[in-house]
Amino acid sequence: MRFLLDDEQRQFATSLDEMLSAAGTPGVARSWAAGDFGPGRALWARIADSGVFALAIPEAQGGLGPLPVELTVAYEALGRHAVPGPLVETAAAGALLARLGGEPAAAWLHPLAEGKAVATLADGPYALDADAADAVFVVEGETLRLADGAGPVQPTLDPARQLSRPRGGAVPADGPAVTAAYAHAVGLARLSAAAQALGLGRALLTQTVAYAKERRQFGTEIGSFQVIKHRLADTLIALEFAQPLVYGAAVTMADRDLAAAKAAAGEAGYLAARTALQVHGAIGYTEELDLSLWIRKARALRDAWGTPAHCRAAIAAA
Amino acid sequence: MDLAFTAAEDAFRAEARAWLAAHVPATPLPSLETEAGFARHREWERTLHADRWSVVSWPAAYGGRAASLTEWLIFEEEYYAAGAPGRVGQNGISLLAPTLFAHGTDEQRARILPPMASGEVVWAQAWSEPGAGSDLAALRSTAVRTEGGWRLSGQKTWSSRAPFADRAFGLFRSDPEAAKEKPHRGLTYLMFPLDAEGVTVRPIGRLDGKPAFAEIFLDDVFVPDEDIIGEPGQGWRVAMSTAGNERGLTLRSPGRFMASAARLQSLWHEQGEPAEFRDRVADALIGARAYELFTHAAAARLAEGGELGAESSLNKVFWSELDIRLHETALDLLGPYGQLADGADDAPAHGAWAEGYTFSLAGPIYAGTNEIQRDIIAERLLGLPKGRR
Repeated sequence: MRFLLDDEQRQFATSLDEMLSAAGTPGVARSWAAGDFGPGRALWARIADSGVFALAIPEAQGGLGPLPVELTVAYEALGRHAVPGPLVETAAAGALLARLGGEPAAAWLHPLAEGKAVATLADGPYALDADAADAVFVVEGETLRLADGAGPVQPTLDPARQLSRPRGGAVPADGPAVTAAYAHAVGLARLSAAAQALGLGRALLTQTVAYAKERRQFGTEIGSFQVIKHRLADTLIALEFAQPLVYGAAVTMADRDLAAAKAAAGEAGYLAARTALQVHGAIGYTEELDLSLWIRKARALRDAWGTPAHCRAAIAAA
Repeated sequence: MDLAFTAAEDAFRAEARAWLAAHVPATPLPSLETEAGFARHREWERTLHADRWSVVSWPAAYGGRAASLTEWLIFEEEYYAAGAPGRVGQNGISLLAPTLFAHGTDEQRARILPPMASGEVVWAQAWSEPGAGSDLAALRSTAVRTEGGWRLSGQKTWSSRAPFADRAFGLFRSDPEAAKEKPHRGLTYLMFPLDAEGVTVRPIGRLDGKPAFAEIFLDDVFVPDEDIIGEPGQGWRVAMSTAGNERGLTLRSPGRFMASAARLQSLWHEQGEPAEFRDRVADALIGARAYELFTHAAAARLAEGGELGAESSLNKVFWSELDIRLHETALDLLGPYGQLADGADDAPAHGAWAEGYTFSLAGPIYAGTNEIQRDIIAERLLGLPKGRR
């Protein structure tokens, strides 16, 4: 047993971090939230060049995968940099179509793996960023639907995550195979959302620790106060113990591990957001500070693809 | 990155499981925190030792199997899953022995480790003093140089199982001048018999009513030179180099929490899966799995020459708070029966939640309070500035 990333996987994380740092992701996320998807799609293409969107798709179908550990490494990096877009949904749609095979797989898997197409997949009634996507998939029972379009966009708490209720469209596949493939896709969505939440939480903690070392009140750095220290320590503990759950789920891909990873990483990312907001104080409550991009996303990622309560129910019942 | 066991590890697991199935007492032993229970647990250590299961990770020369960290984790998982008795020798095995392996002499290891492995000599720790708890370096008990050894005087306290143990180990101030520069200078790590002339052990009833911890009064107690560990004056460094063992994975293996979480889930199923407890049961299962996987990652880092260091403070806070939440959930699930002690006639057949609950309450206090651990996490892992405690 060697439950550690290898050198190549670490290098992959480092190169993604370098590329994303240079890309100015906060500006990209702000444009995305304003409905200007151009910078986001340009960044999407660069992420695709790193192979990220090929990781959930098997080699035989145009991808590099399935490589769930590498996918986790990549999505943790995407979370750290608050990259906008239907990242989880594109990976999940790829896994769904790859499992189903046939005509829709042949039509979409190559463009998805290469980043030429962006897909979304409805999670319950809503699809994320459908108006920015080239393909909007909806699964209802045994039916796979390729929706006609986004449908009306609903205002959301995180403006960089636009939700809409896709309507109509063709039915490229139906039957029990759709249900089974969708269950597999949900597992992959949980893994990639958990990884993103973990990376998001790490970035929030890093920014908040830096602020606590800098910000002075009562004549000293606020990071020297025990109440602040302990809150930051608790956030680190939550992230440090969520991380092995996320990577463990990538290794086993077992439903129970995927649910545990999603619940723990979602909660840890959200705890990091609450901590970041509280330690920053009023400046943290502003839209102007880039921190807001991470804070808003934390709650949404916690609840996407299975709320913690939903995941816990699956674990207890197993 | 993988979570696969080797064929040899699987065989080790099978051997441990078979041995435990054949030897674990069918009815639980009386509490090891009582005199009678202590004696029964000492016998159990002998049984473990006879087939070389008492200290699996030690070299064969001292009674072990030279098991790897992964094999030790497997053994612990099987041990707790089998519902085997608590380990009365734990203070010696998990705290003193690592110190002897790192800083002791060959003579000390040959003399001290085999009787520790067999339970013939059970060790207590003597760290805290009335004025030195979280601030351990404030300790005032002294060691004064004498012909052929040292003379110890002072008072130690909160010494777990000292009323029934044979020997103790702790830190003593041997150079009061050095302490004027920094309080953790001039300390010396020494071992002493609890029945030596000048030693008085006064049992203290614990929160669970058991007389299992004690104060130790030392009045000019002679300790020969052979019972010092490391160099005089270097005691703090010697003690802290293995402090991670107490906080971390070698004191509280994941197996313990995996077994408790599985028992909790069974209890919840038996009670008809009340919805209001579902989240808490799931959190216990998630927490135990997280601790298991965290430990596998730590074991892999150690196998590659890494060190745990301040990371053990993450462990300490995590397992101690998990343990309390898990036991609280069990008591809540038991409803009115949750108030009963394990020995009560009416105690539920599932048993053994009450003692575990009371024991869990001590977790955030011993081995460095969780508040001290959070300070360590904040300062050493996050790099925040030091401040007033």
